[in-house]
Order: sequence, then structure tokens, then C-alpha cells
Amino acid sequence: MRKKFSIVGKPVVRRDGLEKVTGQAKFADDINVPGQLYGVMVRIPVSHAKILSVDYSAVENHPAVAAICHAGDIPGAKKVGPIKQDQPVFCYDKVVTPGDVIAMLVGESEEELLKLRDLVKVEYEPLPVLTDPLKALKSDAPLIHPDQKSNLIVHHRLRKGDVDAGFAESDYILEQTYTTPFIEHAYIEPEAVIAVPREGDKGVHITGSIQNPFTTRKIVAKVLGFPLAKVRIQQAELGGSFGGKDDIMNILSARAALAALKTGRPVKIRYRREDSILESYKRHAYHLHYKVGFNKDGKIKAMKIDVVADGGAYSSMTPFVTWRTVVQATGPYETENVWTDVRGVYTNNPYTGAMRGFGSPQPIFAQESIMDEIAIQLGMTPDEIRRINGFKPGSVTATGHKLENHDVNLLTVLETAVTKTGFSEKWKKNQRRGKMLPDYAALEEISANPGPFILHKDDFLEPDEVYRKGIGLAVSFRGCSLGAEGVDAVAAYLSLQQDGSAYLLSGLAENGQGMRTTYSIVAAEVLGISPDDVFYLDLDTGYVGDSGPTVASRATLMGGGATRAAAEILRSRLENVLRQHWNLPENACFVFRDRQVYAENNPERKIAFAELCDLAYNQAVNLAAIGWYAGPKVHWDETVGQGPAYFTYVYGCQVAEVTVNIATGEVYVDRVVAVHDPGTVINLLGAQGQVYGGVTQGAGYGLWEEISVDKGFIRELNFDQYLIPTSKDIGEIVPIFVEGEDQYGPWGAKSLGEPTLELTAAAIANAVRNATGKRFFHLPLNLEEILLSKKLHPTSKNRGSA
Amino acid sequence: MKKINIRFKVNGRQADLNIAPNKRLLDVLRDDLGLTGTKEGCDIGECGACTVVLNGRAVHSCLILAAQANGAEIITVEGLTQNGELHPLQKNFLEHGAVQCGFCIPGMLLSSYALLKENPHPREDDIKEAIAGNLCRCTGYKQIIQAVEAAANENNE
Repeated sequence: MRKKFSIVGKPVVRRDGLEKVTGQAKFADDINVPGQLYGVMVRIPVSHAKILSVDYSAVENHPAVAAICHAGDIPGAKKVGPIKQDQPVFCYDKVVTPGDVIAMLVGESEEELLKLRDLVKVEYEPLPVLTDPLKALKSDAPLIHPDQKSNLIVHHRLRKGDVDAGFAESDYILEQTYTTPFIEHAYIEPEAVIAVPREGDKGVHITGSIQNPFTTRKIVAKVLGFPLAKVRIQQAELGGSFGGKDDIMNILSARAALAALKTGRPVKIRYRREDSILESYKRHAYHLHYKVGFNKDGKIKAMKIDVVADGGAYSSMTPFVTWRTVVQATGPYETENVWTDVRGVYTNNPYTGAMRGFGSPQPIFAQESIMDEIAIQLGMTPDEIRRINGFKPGSVTATGHKLENHDVNLLTVLETAVTKTGFSEKWKKNQRRGKMLPDYAALEEISANPGPFILHKDDFLEPDEVYRKGIGLAVSFRGCSLGAEGVDAVAAYLSLQQDGSAYLLSGLAENGQGMRTTYSIVAAEVLGISPDDVFYLDLDTGYVGDSGPTVASRATLMGGGATRAAAEILRSRLENVLRQHWNLPENACFVFRDRQVYAENNPERKIAFAELCDLAYNQAVNLAAIGWYAGPKVHWDETVGQGPAYFTYVYGCQVAEVTVNIATGEVYVDRVVAVHDPGTVINLLGAQGQVYGGVTQGAGYGLWEEISVDKGFIRELNFDQYLIPTSKDIGEIVPIFVEGEDQYGPWGAKSLGEPTLELTAAAIANAVRNATGKRFFHLPLNLEEILLSKKLHPTSKNRGSA
Repeated sequence: MKKINIRFKVNGRQADLNIAPNKRLLDVLRDDLGLTGTKEGCDIGECGACTVVLNGRAVHSCLILAAQANGAEIITVEGLTQNGELHPLQKNFLEHGAVQCGFCIPGMLLSSYALLKENPHPREDDIKEAIAGNLCRCTGYKQIIQAVEAAANENNE
């Protein structure tokens, strides 16, 4: 290894693991405060309606109801949102999707309130329901938000070169359309929050399953009309988020805070799974149209891309999610001429926002499928076509960003994955077998006209012909952190104690990914102590600077940078103490390792780290520091979609090997080799965990998961119908890390969480193509998609045996 | 609703309760006994976060009325640590990086615990089967499976 570390890169047991394996960790619903009340939501079963009147008379004097909260109680902003403020905390004029909430009943017994909420009488006038974003864009479509000019949330344009000339010069043109469904985050912990009114002028204290406490604070303060400092948000142990406990938690926190201030008592809201899936936002469903011009030699000449993202009822993060799409939509391929339009659109479907991947899994599915089709058309292998077009150092992206000053590792990750799996040989062997999937289109006719159904000789399959092997790959590049989305800076507070132990707290939030441990390793590496000496504090917005949200795979890169900065400030102070103590010149250097500190050129001269802290303490040296890490400036011209969108990128390649049962349509993932370029691995256990988890989520996206909507109503409201992968569903996953020398973050550590997820569905789809000879255009590739090329949905909303 | 008296043993301790007959075991554990290590994730027996061991078998405490547990011996995650010593499963979950957000972990541990009681030498497929009713969204299960294997090997040494 080129890098010499004492702890970084090794497997480290997570610092917050003990409380989690003993059941002591306090998740939001495990916290109870004496005198607490519960909040229960009032909704109406309609996707789009004008509210005419709300009558609370049946419940307002009921002894079980301590308070009713509705829009009229809001002193500040009635509508909120991270970019456009279009989402009401409580609906008052319209309902635009079935998850919408009109009021909240507050009382001591959740059970009683659940019975009473149906007694609130809401009169409403149903309005036409828009569920197709393409139709919602038509000029005569009704407006979902009448204060806006159209149902268009955002339109990102990217214009580079001359696509018409590019297509004219191309030997071939391929045009295809792909779709991807809504996806539920499916964190296993449903949402929960408790708001406690504080004494006097202190405002409100909120503890909850909150992904982004500083965002939550902004929203709650706006709703209450409070200064930011009067709202303190503490993060409870977070039971998974994946981008999902942002907007929904901001709104639930605001409702709990309103009720707490109205009643003067603590108010808790905790969601059941059905509430959670009904009201929380999803990953965007995408409609992707790609037109690609290319030459006989495989070189891509032009790409025209038209993407429509279903934003659902509220804008949420749609403008940023779709921005990442417009930046990355061509994939990591040199293309002179690009014309991309990405539009986010309002519908009456559940609203969509941030989810792990954030606008990348959808275009990767389309772009990687098309690349394979181009390879097949030209008689090349998938790795060959990617070698020809893939980014190399100095390549220019679709946004006109010249890739330099970082490791442009695309071809390295590709070669690593291809070699590890023996890709080309396997792919060619499977490919030679040609088209093998039976044509079940005839089944349509049979079901329409069920008469005698006789199988012909050709319809039978020998048992050994049923299972078909396939191998497929997908590659990506991904901009790290927020890029031109906004302010990108993180704080870390590090406080050394007299005995050499330390407190650490960053303004980013532990989502379960292991961030606390990563930062403890970074601090320990700089100070030569053990991560076990570092005690991570509970995140509270009152104790550390606003560091923005924990999103965009930025925690290790940005928060790691801040932690390293804080540790270096303290180390430098300790070095000054030693120079004086040992009477060394100003340029004397020291080694901090194994809880010892010694002069670099004289290992005899050493002192225990604890002793050094004691020495500094007694000399009145400040042993607490705030590290700050701000991303370099990035630039974006939104009229043509050009500019260096992100300050650095990561690259990944995944190879999926599958077995397809062509009689049932079942796809089993035998193995995924996942090669990623995280810059520097900080905690090997954590990094591997990100790959295993991300690939598994990606496989769920590829094969099973789908939130389907029927006139705006979600069909899959619990895990009996929304199928996420179980322990039995996926074979081997092999994580491989290609490390580099990036200049940013702690020792060049970059992003990993999202890259691991974004590739898997595309790699699986290409493997299924290799196994069956058939291209699939619509995720997920479930049984009916494979057999019938369509999705079947139950016609009745009844669940279970009902 | 008329309350009923029930008693069972939780983590070796006798619990005497006077509860509504429609209370689920999950609610009694969390609300009446303060054992909040047992989690609520779906309420319909799909996610396994509420798994406890009842008379040696891993069960969903959200699908069992507390009264059904009358006279039973129950183990929750709080009962795995003995005399301050982590159970080999707990220790190996830590060492193998099997824990991310940790919400599913109590249920995972108890399904694995019940497996090892019944089958001290599980194959990988047995482990996958035993935890197939415990959903985890973070880990992709691989490090959990490795941890259970390691704990089994440790027990067998």
C-alpha cells in the first residue's frame, strides 16, 4: 500500500455498536416523556379535491381530544419545502394526493384518537386526477397548484455541440424508451418524533428519527415564526433513512411542535407502516427517451435525451434530483453533441424527493441498457464499447467539464471488474445461444378467449433448458457531494480532555451508515490515539454549526474533512506545547501513534498522549476546536447546462451474474462483483457494508420493488406487498475497492454510499438480456415483466384474505 | 374492557401483569415492561423487527396477544447479555460489521439465537432461512450471515 496509516483502511468495529446489539440504543419511539400526548392525522380518501368545509364538532369536545391542530393554528409559514414552498403542513384549500393531512387530533390515547379521526367531517369537491406526468404537461391539464403557471416543476436543459449535425454524421441511430417506477425507501424504522415545549423563552426541543436536523430546524422555525436558535433539534438513533427522513420529518416535526406549543405538553407522533408509506415521499418514477448516434467503429457521435420525472404532488427535492440527472444522463461517455431535457412534473401521485441515488439510478438503467444494445448491434462486447467511449483523464463531460485534477478511474474499475469475472468470455458464450425466451404474447389472446388451450411440441422446455445464465455490467461516474446545488460546508467539534479522551461531534447526522465511527477514525489517525478514545456526542442543532444535510454521499468527504481539520488544529497546539517542553526548534516534527507522541528524529524522546494533554491543560491551552471544511467553488450555467458541476467524481463498475428461469420469469442474482473508487477507504468494515447494502437495494430496484399507484392511491402500503430483498434473495456480493489520490476530503476519501446502489439494476438488466436474448425496458424485472413484458396489478384494493 | 392477569418469564425474571386482553405481546414488552429493544416495524409479521424468543422459538411479538404468552419463557434482546458478557452473537455482530442503523438487529439476533439453539451447526442456507423473516434495509445481510456463522463456530469450539 502506498498510504501509511495506523487505523485508516482497517476494519474497525463501530463506536455505536454496543448499544445497538444490546437493545439499549434509543430510537425515537423508544423515548417517552412524562405527560406526553400523541398526534394522529386526519386524512380524506381522495387524490385531488377542493376542501369545502371541515367540521370538528363531533370530536372537539370529546374528552380524549386535548387539542385539534390545523392550518389555522400556524403562526408562520403555512406551506413549506426545501426549494419551492408548495407543501402545506396542514391542507386548508386543496388536497392534492391521498397522503395529505388536513388536521391532527392530539390526546393521551393514540388508540382513542385513531377511532375518533373518522368523525371529522370533511366536505370536498373532487377534481380531475392527474397521474401521468406527460398528460399533466398538456396545456389544458388542470393545475395542481393553481398559484403556479403550469404543472411543470422544473426544466433543466443541457446543450452541447450540434446534435443534428452529430446524428447526420452517425452511421447508425438507436432510439429507445425506458421507464422506472416509484420506489419506497423502506427504512425499517417508521417515522417518529417528540416535541417538548421548553421553559420561558427557550422555544421547543424536538427529538426524532430525523435525517437532516438543520433542515428540520429551518422548516420548524419558519412554521412557528421562531428564530432558528429557538428551535433545537436532536437526532434520536436513526433506524435507516436512505434519503427518506427529510421532508416528511420536517413536516411531522412542525406538526408536533405546533401541538406542543398549543397544549403546553410534549407531543409525540409515531407512524405505523401504512401511514409511513402513504405519506412519505418516494424515489421518482422516470420516463426516459434516448436517441443515440454512433459510428461503425463504436464511437458515439450524438445523444438526445428527453427525461420526464414524476414529481408527484409537491416539488420537494425534484429540482435537485433532476439536476443530477441532467449532469449525468449521458453516462461516463465522451460525447461531442448532447441535447438533454429533464423535466420534473406535478401529478396527484405521492410526492417524490431524495432517495439514495438521487436522480442517477434511472438514467443509468437507460444509458447502460442502450450501450449494450449498441455493442450488440456492432458485434462488440459491452466492455469494448465502454473502452472506446468511456471517460479517460482529460475527457470532457456533457456539461463541458474537463476531467482532471482527480483520478479518472473509469477504465480501471471496468478492467478490474471484467478481469475478476472473466466477463467477455462468459458474455460471448451466453450471447451465442441467441433468442431463447418463449413468446408469451399469445397468452393475452388465450386469456381473452379461454377455449381449449393446447401446448404444441415447441412450447415444451426440457428441464435443463429452463435455467439460463447471463452476465451483464454497468458503469457510472458520479459527482461527489452537493455540487452546484448549494452551500457545501461542514463543521466538526473536537474537544480533548485532560486524560487524552475526546468528545467529537459533526454537524452531519449518523444515518446508520457508520459516520460516527468514520469520524472517530479520522480524529484518532491524526492524533495517534484509538477510535475507542473518541466519544461521539448526540447531534443537537444547539451544539454544532449548521453543516447542511447528510446527503449526496458527502459525509465521509466533507465531514471527514472537517474532522481532520479539527484534529489538526489540536495536534498543532499540542506540538507547540512539546516544542517548548522539549526545547525544540519551530520546524521540529512529531509522530503521533499508539497513544504516544515522539520527536520525529528522536523516538527516544517521547510522551504518552494522555500526559501531553495533561501538560497542555495545565498550561491553559485551548483543547477544543471547531474544524471547518468547505467544498471548492463550482459553477453552473443553467441556460445551456454547462459548467464544472462537481468538484470531484467517483467511478464504479458492477458485474451481475444471473440465472433466469424462463418458465417462471424468475431472475436470481448469483453474484455481483462491485468495483468502486472511494478514493481512500476509512473503515473497511463500513465500506464493505455500504457495498453489500447498496447492491442489495439496487437488486430490489432491478427485480421486485415498485410503488404502483391507482388513481393516485398507493397499492403497496406494507411489506406484504412492497417486496424488499430478504436474506435468501441474493447470492454472493464481492466488494472491490480501487483507491486513489484525490486531493479533497480526509486523505482523498470520497463517496461510496450512492454509487453502490445506482449500478446494480442496470447490470442485472444487461445480464438478463444476455441470458434471454431479450431487452427489457421497464423496471422492475419481475416475473410478469420477464414473461409478459408488462406489469400485472391486482384489480381489488382488498388486502390479505379480506 | 375487563383486564386480565397474566404472568410469564422475561429474560429469567417473572412478570406479573394486569392487562387488557387485546394487548399484543409487543406492546406489553415495550410499554408495560420498558423493554424497548424489541422494535415495531410493520405490525403484520412481515419485517421481523419485533422478533422475540418464546419457549425457544423465534416469534413475531406483534402477532401474539400477550395473553397467549401466559406461562411462557420469553427472551428479548435485553436478555442476551449474561453477567455483563455479550452473547457470542452480539460480539460477532459487532466484529463483522453486521450492524448499520441497528433497528432490525434485536430481531436478527433473536432469530439467530433460536436457530443456534435448535441447530448449533447451521449451513449458510440454514442461516439465510432463519433470518429470512427479518428485513434489513442497510446491510444486504452478508455481514449478518458471516457473524452468525462465526458465532456458531465459536460455540462449537
